[in-house]
Amino acid sequence: MVGGVESSSRIERITTVPGTEELIVNMGPQHPSTHGVLRVILKLEGETVKDVDCDIGYLHRGTEKIGENITYTMFIPYTDRLDYIAAPSSNLAWVQAVESFFDWEIPDRALFLRTIVGELSRIASHLLWLATHALDIGAMTVFLWCFREREMVLDLFEMAFGARLTVNAFRLGGLHQDVPPEFLVEARKFINLFPSRVDDYETLLTENRIWLQRTRGVGVISAEDALDYGMTGPILRASGVKWDLRRAKPYAAYPYVDFTIPVGENGDVYDRYLVRLVEMRQSAHIIDQCLDMLPGGPVSCKTPRTIKPPAGEIYHSIENPKGEFGFYIVSDGSETPYRVKIRPPSFINLAGLKKMCVGEFLADVVAIIGSIDIVLGECDR
Amino acid sequence: MSDEVGTEEANGGNSPGTESPEAPKTPPGKALRELVEGEFPGSILDQSAYEDRDDEVTFILNGDALVKVAIYLRDHPASSFKILTDLTAVHYPDDEYTFHIVYQLVSVDHCRLLRLKVKLKEDQEVPTVSGVWSSANWMEREVYDLFGVRFKDHPDPRRIFMPEDWGSHPFRKDYPLEGLGERVYTKPKRKEIGE
Repeated sequence: MVGGVESSSRIERITTVPGTEELIVNMGPQHPSTHGVLRVILKLEGETVKDVDCDIGYLHRGTEKIGENITYTMFIPYTDRLDYIAAPSSNLAWVQAVESFFDWEIPDRALFLRTIVGELSRIASHLLWLATHALDIGAMTVFLWCFREREMVLDLFEMAFGARLTVNAFRLGGLHQDVPPEFLVEARKFINLFPSRVDDYETLLTENRIWLQRTRGVGVISAEDALDYGMTGPILRASGVKWDLRRAKPYAAYPYVDFTIPVGENGDVYDRYLVRLVEMRQSAHIIDQCLDMLPGGPVSCKTPRTIKPPAGEIYHSIENPKGEFGFYIVSDGSETPYRVKIRPPSFINLAGLKKMCVGEFLADVVAIIGSIDIVLGECDR
Repeated sequence: MSDEVGTEEANGGNSPGTESPEAPKTPPGKALRELVEGEFPGSILDQSAYEDRDDEVTFILNGDALVKVAIYLRDHPASSFKILTDLTAVHYPDDEYTFHIVYQLVSVDHCRLLRLKVKLKEDQEVPTVSGVWSSANWMEREVYDLFGVRFKDHPDPRRIFMPEDWGSHPFRKDYPLEGLGERVYTKPKRKEIGE
């Protein structure tokens, strides 16, 4: 039987046993380390977490319902507001999902520019993750250093698309317009500089004794459990599963570039940190190759003025910085989709929080939430 | 004019498949279907794929057979669909089967996708698959919250996004985009000093 529950939390209804050390602690939704409006209700015994319940939905805006009422082109800016840390990746998932209904020939220049911008957004997203994650655990300097480089990426977005956060970068069939020539020069400068900056972060953290104590062996999830919980992205790879949609189902310009997929061993917070650091270096490597190979020509193919996909259903997903970000679209042949379903990596990765937290200390919950790298805009949709 | 271009594009996508009408084309997912039907005859009611693409193979399942087919697809080495990546519902208010529950599976070992579908009548329940894939737990809560579809034997049957006392299910097609006015904010009257 479903429904008819009065209280919003299962744990709040469970009474703690009197005379014991059991305690219910309410974390969020305004707590800075919950990375947005996430409320976590924790049942503690002493300092050990016994049970976890997440209260989400504070940012639920009904984006999928909005998508059913507007045209395919009009939905692109809404995808910016899902994963607003890496907006071009969300754009890319949507435009590719709609394009997969057709057999348009997307020009090569558009594919390479999409890859460059997509990887820049991965760097921006991972930098924000590293900054806030390190800040949560107590490393202030990393926060300032990461935002310095993130600022450079956002400046690049502003130069090319006129916006810093919600860039609305791509259009169905390619890009809205070509990037300015300075963009490529500045992107090259940034890529040449960036690996040395990642070295700087590593000097602060990778062998830092406090960092190791706070992250090693914390929030361990095995490969079987990670698959069972549907986790994707750096979490799954940190648990030792080599699964990256850029390699498994190559899209955009990924078939033409060379990159390695980092894989962890222990599946703890520290391995997720290492995997993401290697991913940042690999992103820079991919952008470097794309800039070398960037062909000339148009950035958009000829598309019909009204986009009317034939009736049918499509599921298309890409490797977002947080994991598999996909769209399931049901078309009835009209100008608006019949049903849009967003496959959010944050929502599904967050569902495994309980599995990772039970048995850990209260202070480790902060580290674990940080290591999942959630964006509530995309989690709640 | 623009519509003509649109249909032209759509037909262009279909034409490569009709090049050799003589050769009997094997539909994608045939081997998988035979695998499942050999174990559970009659569990797959229908099969489809958008433009015969391998990644869009869809099996329409008998709701009673869902859980055992799901366990079989997860555990059999030839299929090995270890990840349930997406679970959603589509509402067709005018059809006999008003809800289609859609399960999107991923096989990491074989690098392939499969979609399962169960069609439900109004007020019909579907068995939960949260015992097969733990990720289904929150996804089924989401479908219940937004569509009102009930999952039999769900371990944690609560709403997930909307408030518990919302009363209706906003992603149904008969629910207006601007809402039903469940939550009308009325400004509380301010007490003046000395009142």
